[in-house]
Amino acid sequence: MKALLIRDLKLAMRAGGGFGLGLAFFLIVTVLIPFSVGPQSALLATIAPGGLWLGALLACLLSLDRLLALDWEDGTLDLLATAPLPLESVVTIKALAHWLTTGLPLVLIAPALGVLLSLPAPGYFWLVISLLVGTPALSVIGTFGAALTVGLKRGGLLLSLLVLPLYVPTLIFGAEVARRGATGMEATTPLLLLAGITAGVTALLPFASAAVLRVNLR
Amino acid sequence: MTLTVSDLSIARGGLPVLQGVSFALARGEALVLRGPNGIGKTTLLRTLAGLQPPITGQIDGNEETIAYAGHADGLKPTLTVEENLHFWAEIFGTKEIATAIDAYELNGLRSRPAGALSAGQKRRLGLARMLVTGRPIWVLDEPTVSLDTGAVAMFADAVRAHLGKGGSALIATHIELGLDARLLDLGGYRASLPALDDFDGSFV
Repeated sequence: MKALLIRDLKLAMRAGGGFGLGLAFFLIVTVLIPFSVGPQSALLATIAPGGLWLGALLACLLSLDRLLALDWEDGTLDLLATAPLPLESVVTIKALAHWLTTGLPLVLIAPALGVLLSLPAPGYFWLVISLLVGTPALSVIGTFGAALTVGLKRGGLLLSLLVLPLYVPTLIFGAEVARRGATGMEATTPLLLLAGITAGVTALLPFASAAVLRVNLR
Repeated sequence: MTLTVSDLSIARGGLPVLQGVSFALARGEALVLRGPNGIGKTTLLRTLAGLQPPITGQIDGNEETIAYAGHADGLKPTLTVEENLHFWAEIFGTKEIATAIDAYELNGLRSRPAGALSAGQKRRLGLARMLVTGRPIWVLDEPTVSLDTGAVAMFADAVRAHLGKGGSALIATHIELGLDARLLDLGGYRASLPALDDFDGSFV
């Protein structure tokens, strides 16, 4: 299992691995928001938590179609399915590697981008916490979507259409934590619900991902 | 470890391709599969490897014993030859890759990224992977594609050494490997297709 994680991290860092694409996308989306809304810092501060969460979510989505498709194309997935490692742990490790290379960097860069949207000072802590708790769910749900569409030609668009509705609960509670935190309201309840979603999908979805992967490999 | 297949029927894309396939593969034995294109050699091997379920029939002795090599080698172009082999060795819980590197003369290519290898060299690396799995039954699908005569001899030697150590091999190939192997012609097991107007079951 460790070997698979290390390999995935290595592949992401090397040429063509796509590490940093999500970050750059997040940066650009966040910069585009003030351009489209106009230079009104009060309005920007209001939409900052939601805007940042949406940007992080779309950046996460961007790298999903490579998650399993590359391994499927070169036959690695077939070979992993016949290896001693159960497919459930394969998809869990793949999701973890995706979070480490996409989700975690987004969490770390989010405060810097908050400045661009004049996020109120108390909001930074809650923004980082909500992303830290919420982005693992995005990776796990995304892995399920990638498993569903693996082997399909032009599966990327279908993947987005399947995964985006599943992201709704995470987005609602994640953005709510950041919004409440930014306006100085109590944010523990939505944070607990967000943590519940992450814990739930991490516990259950790998089984579903492995099951659809088995069907898709036939 | 004996692989026993009895009365196996398999399907590809929902259509049965082979039926009534039975054979046994004992330790130290090699079996070469023959048959025209499309007869179902790949489907049979994938079924034995556990990648798809059979329609009917029984397969015994294929749990955690099969090392499968399909048409694709499962190599990562940005990892070096050594890293690729190390990865598969760790996945299968073995350590040693030196034997595999020597068997396919990959020593000079150890630190070359797999993406920079020629088609034949990639195939050699893919076949070297079988040696690091430590599994007793090798299931190989057209292993000699893009290999030159020298590399085919390396492959035959590796299979012979594997058989000598009590392993067994099931190989779908059309070329003569010079192995002391039994032949199994799949032509006689072709499944009779269901009548074309019988579509109600699959259409509802």
